[in-house]
Amino acid sequence: MFSVCVNIRNAMEKIISMKGALILLLALIAVSSASWAEDGSRLKLATTTSLYDTKLLDTMDQKFRDECGVRVDSVSGGTGIAIQYGERGDVDLIIIHDKARELKFINDGQGLQRRCFAYNYFYIVSPKDDPAGVVGLNATQAFAKIREEGLKNPDKVKFVSRGDKSGTHTKEQSLWKGAGFNYSSINNSANRWYLEAGTGMGATLVMANEKSAYTLTDMSTFMAYKGNLSLVPLIQGGNDLLNVYVAIAVNPDKHPGVSYTLANKFINFLVSDEGQALIANFGREKYGQPLFFAARGNCTKIGCSEGECTLLTNVSCSDANSATAA
Amino acid sequence: MNEILACLVRAIELIVTLNPEVLGVTSLTLTISIFTTFLGALINLPLGGLIYFRSFRGKGLFIHLIRTLYSIPTVVVGLLIFLLISRSGPLGFLGLMFTPGGMILGQTVLVTPILMSLTISALEGVSRQVRETAISLGANEYQAIMTVVKEARQAILAAVLLGFGRAISEVGVAMMIGGNIRGYTRVLTTAIALNTSMGDIELSLALGIILISLSLIVNLLLGLLLVGIKGQGGIMGPKVR
Repeated sequence: MFSVCVNIRNAMEKIISMKGALILLLALIAVSSASWAEDGSRLKLATTTSLYDTKLLDTMDQKFRDECGVRVDSVSGGTGIAIQYGERGDVDLIIIHDKARELKFINDGQGLQRRCFAYNYFYIVSPKDDPAGVVGLNATQAFAKIREEGLKNPDKVKFVSRGDKSGTHTKEQSLWKGAGFNYSSINNSANRWYLEAGTGMGATLVMANEKSAYTLTDMSTFMAYKGNLSLVPLIQGGNDLLNVYVAIAVNPDKHPGVSYTLANKFINFLVSDEGQALIANFGREKYGQPLFFAARGNCTKIGCSEGECTLLTNVSCSDANSATAA
Repeated sequence: MNEILACLVRAIELIVTLNPEVLGVTSLTLTISIFTTFLGALINLPLGGLIYFRSFRGKGLFIHLIRTLYSIPTVVVGLLIFLLISRSGPLGFLGLMFTPGGMILGQTVLVTPILMSLTISALEGVSRQVRETAISLGANEYQAIMTVVKEARQAILAAVLLGFGRAISEVGVAMMIGGNIRGYTRVLTTAIALNTSMGDIELSLALGIILISLSLIVNLLLGLLLVGIKGQGGIMGPKVR
């Protein structure tokens, strides 16, 4: 019995020798290194959180991959960080929702063309009992009222801000401005009613829910999270709550490594008939209403030119495929 | 309490049903952490030895400096590596941003202070007499060093395991350099962060349980490896001759 034990141990020693471990590691390197270097058929995309958290982008990616054989690698963050990645040339394409910064990105020569593919609206959501009494007001009036009541009673009335330089955060700032307040007088540590979350939309909603606070959210993320929240959308619609999603290819002249062709193919897919139909129907089944509206047909209404909503004629996926075949 | 139990059940369910997504994330996590640990050990064990066995000016200060870097936040390492390998950075031409390779680079930098300085501590823990005795018995410089290293192997293994633990459990570098891309750079920790932010606490905790189990398995295996090297002090206790 005793010697059997020793034998087993000796055998184990042989198996788990240094050499064995080394060989195992080398095999591991060989297998995995293939996928470790960047390869040409991957599109890198930085996106605002709403398209990611609602899984719309997932759906689009998979369709695009089936049709074009191109993998889409999406990195999700706010508009602020997406623009950073674009300016550094780390992604081929950015999807954001903040017109002023979109135009600046293009004017700086960082991006090529603004392409509008989807829109929806921001909601001001509140705890069920609406402690500040904003129901029936418009967006800027509601903000003013939340501030007023928050100053009076910061234990009952709170507002959670994204605070992460995202598109939603920018929209919030412009609403404060529209209500007649300087943002620095709002985002001020003396204001106990104003909480800066510094995180994505989903996490901000969860925080607002926990704190029984008001917050500004895009419609799609709210719909997707609604099941876990006791917040209600008090104020919705209205032109000052419009939320337009825009894709911009990163300028290859500025960043030689980026793939302009892949980026344009994907953008074209987004604005194509098929892409627009996918967007218009996304979430209809699960949430009872679509989470996004297609940009096609509403271009001027959402502040885009017709050209910003149409296909680029010379780069579609099938064209590219037939070109390589020929 | 019920919630935690539910998470445990979910974790087991994810493992036994071989959920392909979880499997992919888990194997990438393991690959990256093992690779990081291996690369880190390859660089830092010899370097730590070199620092211990050689004397040079400012050695004490240097060791203090390395120990200070224990507490460097992972996001700061992530940021530094980001500036380095971003396409606009000095190593941008390598195209490592948002790739597993970039994550390994970043995590190797992250575990370097731990591995280097714990190797030094491990060697310091061996009595001076061991080396002196070896030399007096006629060992040359190399043989003497190897004798000391052998004596310190347990502590060195502990250092390596700590390096592995730091690599497998960190979020900052993985998120910043990897970008949490599904099916490509998503590891357990970033998946946990994502699912938590999306409100799926149960899945997050289940993934956390998988991570801990992985760590346990690696620990046990390395314990066995130690038995294999010298036949002493592994998880099975002293070797029987």
